[in-house]
Parts: sequence; structure tokens; C-alpha cells
Amino acid sequence: MNYRAVTKVTNYVVGLMGLFLLLPAMIGVIYKEYHVALIYLAVAGGCLFVYTLFWHFLRKEPKRSRGFYGKEGFVVTALSWIIMSLIGALPMCIAKDIPHYIDAVFEVASGLSTTGASVIPDLDVVSHATIFFRSFTHWIGGMGVLVFILAILPRVSGSPLSILKAESPGPTVSKLVPKIQTTSLILYGLYIGLTVLEFVLLLFDKDLPLFVNICHTMGTAGTGGFSVTNSGQAGMSQYTQIITTIFMLLFGANFSFYFLLFSGKIKDALKIEELRWYFCIWFIAVSVILANLFFSGYGFKENILGAAFSCASLMTTTGYTIVDFGQWPVFTHVVLMTLMFVGGCAGSTGGGFKVSRIMLMIKQIGREIRQQIHPNQVYTVRVDKKPVSQDVLKSCNTLFIAYVLILIVSCLIVSLDNFDFTTTFAGVMATYNNIGVGFGKVCVGGCFNIFSDSSKIVMIIDMLAGRLEILPMLILFHPNTWKK
Amino acid sequence: MDIIIVGCGRVGYILADHLSKEKHNITLIDTNDHRLAPALANLDVQAVMGNGTTYSCLMEAGIKSAELLIAVTGEDEINMISCMMAKKANSKCQTIARIRKPEYLPERNYFKQAFGMSMIINPELAAAREINQLINVPAALEIDSFARGRVDLLRLVISEDSILNGMKVMEVSKKFDRKVLICIQMHNGEVTIPNGNAVLSAGDSISVILPKPMISKFYNTVSDNNLSTIKNVMIIGGGTTGEYLAEALCDGGVNVRIIEKNPDKCDVLAEQLLKADIIWGDASNHDVLLAAGLEDMDAFVTLTTTDSENCFLSLYAGKVAPKCKLITRVHKLEQDEIITTLPIGSIITPRRLTAEYILQFVRAKMNTKGSNVEALYELMDNRVEALEFSIRDDSPVLNIPLANLQTKNNLLICAIVRGKKIITPSGKDELKLGDTVIVVTTHLGLQDISDILAD
Repeated sequence: MNYRAVTKVTNYVVGLMGLFLLLPAMIGVIYKEYHVALIYLAVAGGCLFVYTLFWHFLRKEPKRSRGFYGKEGFVVTALSWIIMSLIGALPMCIAKDIPHYIDAVFEVASGLSTTGASVIPDLDVVSHATIFFRSFTHWIGGMGVLVFILAILPRVSGSPLSILKAESPGPTVSKLVPKIQTTSLILYGLYIGLTVLEFVLLLFDKDLPLFVNICHTMGTAGTGGFSVTNSGQAGMSQYTQIITTIFMLLFGANFSFYFLLFSGKIKDALKIEELRWYFCIWFIAVSVILANLFFSGYGFKENILGAAFSCASLMTTTGYTIVDFGQWPVFTHVVLMTLMFVGGCAGSTGGGFKVSRIMLMIKQIGREIRQQIHPNQVYTVRVDKKPVSQDVLKSCNTLFIAYVLILIVSCLIVSLDNFDFTTTFAGVMATYNNIGVGFGKVCVGGCFNIFSDSSKIVMIIDMLAGRLEILPMLILFHPNTWKK
Repeated sequence: MDIIIVGCGRVGYILADHLSKEKHNITLIDTNDHRLAPALANLDVQAVMGNGTTYSCLMEAGIKSAELLIAVTGEDEINMISCMMAKKANSKCQTIARIRKPEYLPERNYFKQAFGMSMIINPELAAAREINQLINVPAALEIDSFARGRVDLLRLVISEDSILNGMKVMEVSKKFDRKVLICIQMHNGEVTIPNGNAVLSAGDSISVILPKPMISKFYNTVSDNNLSTIKNVMIIGGGTTGEYLAEALCDGGVNVRIIEKNPDKCDVLAEQLLKADIIWGDASNHDVLLAAGLEDMDAFVTLTTTDSENCFLSLYAGKVAPKCKLITRVHKLEQDEIITTLPIGSIITPRRLTAEYILQFVRAKMNTKGSNVEALYELMDNRVEALEFSIRDDSPVLNIPLANLQTKNNLLICAIVRGKKIITPSGKDELKLGDTVIVVTTHLGLQDISDILAD
């Protein structure tokens, strides 16, 4: 293990966190919450102090430095996300917005992992600085902090691809251009561009206060889901709800789609198989839910926006809500729960298991059936007409097993709190898949502060593991990683 | 610069490694994803799986915006078609092909004209040329040229009875009117850029920079008498490289003896090489070597197909004929650190040579676009770089006496080429606009002359 390089990159993250914390401090000053602003400023100062200290010690390059391999990349990623959650929780806790530290860590981890599960029962008593900061964590968590570092820093020695691999969702990472730094810059450029576009479109809604607009946009962009007011998205105008639906879907789509679009390869962009599956799944889910609602006597017209919004919100793992789907029939719950599991596209800001992996697994089932019928048939799984290598399929299947196992263990621990099955299962699903809203007691309007500390810790780990797609976390805690 | 490399074998990988570190955008094409995987994991490059001769594959790799395509697959024909397709798809794209079959050798100029190839590299021919050069300058283990061949960098090992043994670097310089500069010293595996007071001892491997006309003078003074000229050369293995080499040596009036174990091959060689002696025999049999007169040879070149056999043969020859100059061909690059410690003389690695030739082409091309590295050589296991900068723009290093310039540690300005003059710099000299400067340093990856300054 190259401790030096790991410390160095982690230290960049601490420094960056210090800079990020200056923003809520500014918001605090604007809203005259000087006490809170001071706390944010102090923590930011602390971060920057630690950063300078380590930077000073690590300034001189050793003569023969060890390499930076895949292992280091994964460890750095997992460590950074944990450290960011721990640091981000400090000001919230000290400012008494969330007095309990574990609650605060939960809130920040929920923000960074773009989950949006909140432990704050009443948002009206919380300072603007904290509300802004948790929405801001969505935004930085959406694209990933280390991708950002890769974009702005001169080349980190060794293979930074492992960082990109660890932080960006999906079974395979496709670099858009040969240079990793340019790739990161393009990704962040697209991300910022889309975010600004939504912000500008929402400016047309005169009833939407600027502060709510900013926080709401950042929440959509990162597919997070923290609300800004107690009424949430239900109180917003229909215009804003429609724009939000569209942008949730856009942010849940593969970012290489936009890259191809902008580089003029519109035909190639529209041919991306995952994207077609993604929109198909969403459309089918909306249709069956609407049909079910209609035949169960809930009405059709008045539910179109609600169903479209809810499906987009849960599929992209955002977690915004405009209707209380807890009141809908059970069939819709199962459809929505399936969407929660499926998640967004690879290479997007969405969570979940990812459409591309579902696609691979379904195609593998097809292959298995064909091979049972004609035992000697050679059949390759293809995506975008290109054969998928066995390694990718294997890692996809292994990930699924790990996913299910962690889900079961998490449910077991959370079930000790003795809530009903729906609450327990949906609570874990909502955090593990980075959605933030579930069913039962954590449905629309529910709050995660009902869970015990031990459950919260499990959910914190679940949220981060879900965002980083499990492996980096498992690698961090695997003894072999730390063996000489 | 956007560069496409077709074929991710060893040469392709080395090229991708170096060129991506020199800030080029590299896209590799290969039909085998197992070959692409390590490049993707370790290098900052993009990869396309597919056949580099197809239009669709080249398009996917971005041929439209590429400025250079390097085709280094194992097949000559694939390389040629790939270059032709690239030229058709984007006429602005320059192409380099590795073409190694001897029958294509006479066609090289036609290829360049007809298909617009900018460079054709034949590894065997390059290796033969390199070996020929080493035999012409026997004391050197390695020769690299700068300033269009006017300045040479020689690497040699100091023997027990060499006059350099025990001399100070400063004294060597004085002896040759300050025209010779020792710029790298490897003592017991430790590589340093020596200052004037460093003492040279037997067994050290040193690199010396000197103007071309000085070579023979330096040589006659430094080397043992036996080595001053090479008259008799034994070549083991009559493959393509052996044939090219024998041809070149015979033209230079050297007596060549080739030992080849395939009788058919011997017949062909005997038909083609009029002046060389062709001996049919297995060189791994020591009696064959001795009967062929190994003890009387001035140089011994091993060109068999197996690396280990070449190494063992050279080790044996070094024992039997200690005065003999050894040249060993090694294909694999991986064992570099170990092989260089063996007493097997100069090591020729065709793959590395191929990569080096192509890298020089790319650097020269970059030159016309602003970067000012004219030539770059990696020395002593890639631990030292010798670079040639041309100074075209104003730079903070100009017009300051070198003694007042705060340069990096372990960095030496070896020579300044000003017009027709070659200056071995002293503290009073200054760098001027239009100069060409040769720098030797352990700081790898310098891009500009101003990079020589300490941080």
C-alpha cells in the first residue's frame, strides 16, 4: 500500500472540503445567521489548516515512490467519502441544527451519496446555511469529488483510472477522450451546464424563491432529494414539477449521451442501448401505474404528473415527492420498489443497480435458456452490438450477489428496531439505493430519525457503499488490502 | 497531438506509454482486448477494440482529428493497409508503418510516394545499423547523436588498464582541450551526474559527450590498442538482421563469419553474401565456436532467436576472448534491470530501437509546432535523459552566465551548439537565442529549456 499517495490524495479532499464549507458560511452571512456562519468558517479553517500541514510534510517527492495502482485508487475513494461525511457533519452538529453527531453524519452521508434521506423532522428551525450545505453535498456527491480533483489537478502519478472506476457508477468506465483529465473536465462541464440550464428554466417560476431554486436544482442534479421546506415539492407549481421531472430523467441518463450529442454524433447518441432501456422502463412503469390507479378508482388525468414524477424520482434515485404514493394500491408500491432497485444509467449521477447491469443480467438469462435448448450453441452477450467480455459479466454477477448479501445483512440489523417489515425493508432499500424515500414509516413525509443509532450507522455505510457501488467499501475493509 | 497506434504489442505499448506521458492524446487499436486491458489500466490512453484496417474502426478511434497514425502490428500488410486507410480517411494524417519483410525493403521509397507514408521502420535494419555503428566505434557501448550528428554521446565502460582509470573528471576534460565532457557516471549501480572532482574507476560505466571530429582522437587515447579497429566479426545467427549486418560490414571491409545452424539458410546466405564466410553449425556447441576462430575475433554478435541463448553465448565469448567486443540482441524488455548487469557488452533491443526511432519522429514533428525538444535519449535504464533543446523563444535562462543560473541538481548543460561552433560550456558562457543546447539530467520529462531552472 502506498500510504504516502493515499494520504496525499485524501488530503486534497480535506482541503477541498474546507473550500466547500466556505459556501454555507457565506449563505449564513447573507441570512444573518452569524453564529452558524462562524461555525462553518471555523470548520473550514480547520480543514484548510490540516490540509496545509499535510501538504507541507508531503511536499517533497521521495526518490523512489511506490506506484499508485488499482488498490490505492479504491482505498482513496472509499476513505475520502467517509472522511468527507465525518467532516461535513461537524458544523451541523456544533451549530445544534442536528445536535446528535451520528444523526449529522447520517445527514451528510445521505447528502453526499445523493440519497436524500433526512433525520431532520422540522426544516423550519434549521439554519439556511445547513439547508444549503446539505443540498450542496448532493451536487458535489452527484458527479464525485475525486473526479473533480482529477479534473483540476495535474496528473496524479500511476493509474488514476481506478479512481474514476471507483467513483463513477456503471459496469465499465468508458473514457470519453484519451486523457483522463480532459474526460473529467468534460464530465464536470456537462454537469455544470445541465445544472445551470435547470436553474435558469426554474427562474421563470415567479413563486419559487431563489434560495429554494438553487437548493432544489442542486438536489435534482445530483439526483439527491433533500427538500428545502417542510412542504417539499408538493407545494411547488406544476411548471416546476414538470421541469423537475424532465431534469431528473436527464440527470439519470448516461452522460456519454450528452457528449456524443455535443460532438455532433446524434445518430450514435440515440443508438445507446442502455438509454433506450432506461426510457422504456420508465415509460412502462408510468403506464402500468396509471392503469392500475385508473382501474382502482383513483382517477387517471389527475395522476399523470404524479405517476410520471414519482417514477422518474424513484428510478433516478432522486427521492423528490409530489404525491403521497403511500396511499396508492400495493401494486404500484411493488412497481416503484422495482424501479428503486433498477436505478439510473451507468455514468450518470443516479444510484441503484444501474440499467446497464439489469440489461446484462437479463441478456445472460436469455443466453442460459438458449444454451439449455442447444447445448453447443455459442452465444455472446452484446451491448450496443459489441460483445461484452466475460470479465464484465462476471463482475456484474458478483456485484449482484454482494448487493443482495449486504441488503440481507442490513435488513437483519435494522430489523432489531422492531418496525414493521415494510418500514425495515424500504428503509434499507431507500438508503442503499440512494433514494431517500421508501414506504411504511419512511414514506412521503416520513423521517429517518425513528431508527436507532446502530441502524443509522448501518444505513450510513449502506448509503456510501451504494453510491460507490459496494466494491471500494469492501476493498477498504478487506484485510488483504492492508497486508504487506 | 491526437495519435492513433494500431497494434498494442510491446512496441505499441512502449510508444503509448512514452507519448501519453509527453501529453499526446493516444488511442490504441487492437483486435485483442487482453492486450488492450493492461494499457487501459496503466496508461492514460483510450482504446478501441477492432481491426485497424477497417474504416469504421479508424473512425471510432477518431481518425478525422488524428495527426499521426502509427501501425505496429505483427503483420506488415496490416500495417500498410492501415496506413493507406488512414491516409484516405484523413489526408492530413501522417502515417508510420513498421514493415520488416526483406522483400519490401527495396519498395520503401515507392510506399512513401504512393501511399504517403511519412516513415517506414524496419526493426531488423535499424538493429543492423545500430550494431554496425557500434562496431565502427568499438569502445562505445552505445552511441546517440545530437545536433544532426555533429555531437555524439558515447557510453563506455572503463577497463582496468584504461588511462581513464583513476582520473578526475576535470583532468579528462583538460586532456582533450575541454572539448570532451563526462556527463554521466554509473558507479556500482549508482547513477550520478559527476562534478569535476569525481574520480573515475575501473568498472564504471560513463557517458561522454563530444563533437564528432573528436571521436577518433578520444578513442585512440582512451581505448586499449587491441580494440582500436575491428577487423574480424563473428555473427551467430543468419536471420534478417544478420544478413543486413553482414552486408554493411562487408561493405566496410570487415571480415565477417556467420554461424548458422539451418543448412538451407546457409545456402541462401552464401548465395547472397559473396564476401562473408558462412559456417554451418550449432553455435551452442563450444567446439564449433572455437573451430570457427572465436579467440581471434575482434567482435562477437549474437543474433539467435532466443534471448537466453544470446546471453549465454556472449558470456562464453567474453570468457574465451576477453578482448573481444560483445554485442547481444535481447528481444524482451522486461528483464532489463538484470540483463544490463551481465558482462555481455552492448545490448540491442530491436523493439526499443523501433520505439525510439518513432519517438524521435514524433518529437521532431512536435518541434515544428512549438515544443522545443529536438532529440531525447533515455540512458542507463531510463534513469537519465539526454535532451537537445532548440531555443527559439525568449526564455528566462537566456543571456545569463551559466555560473549565475540556478539550475536543478543533477542536471548538466553538456554542450551548446551555436551556428557551426560547438561549445563545451563553462561558467562564463551564456545561452543565446537560436542556440541548440544539450542537457543531461536525472529529472525526467523536461519539456522546455526553462525547465532546467531549480523550482
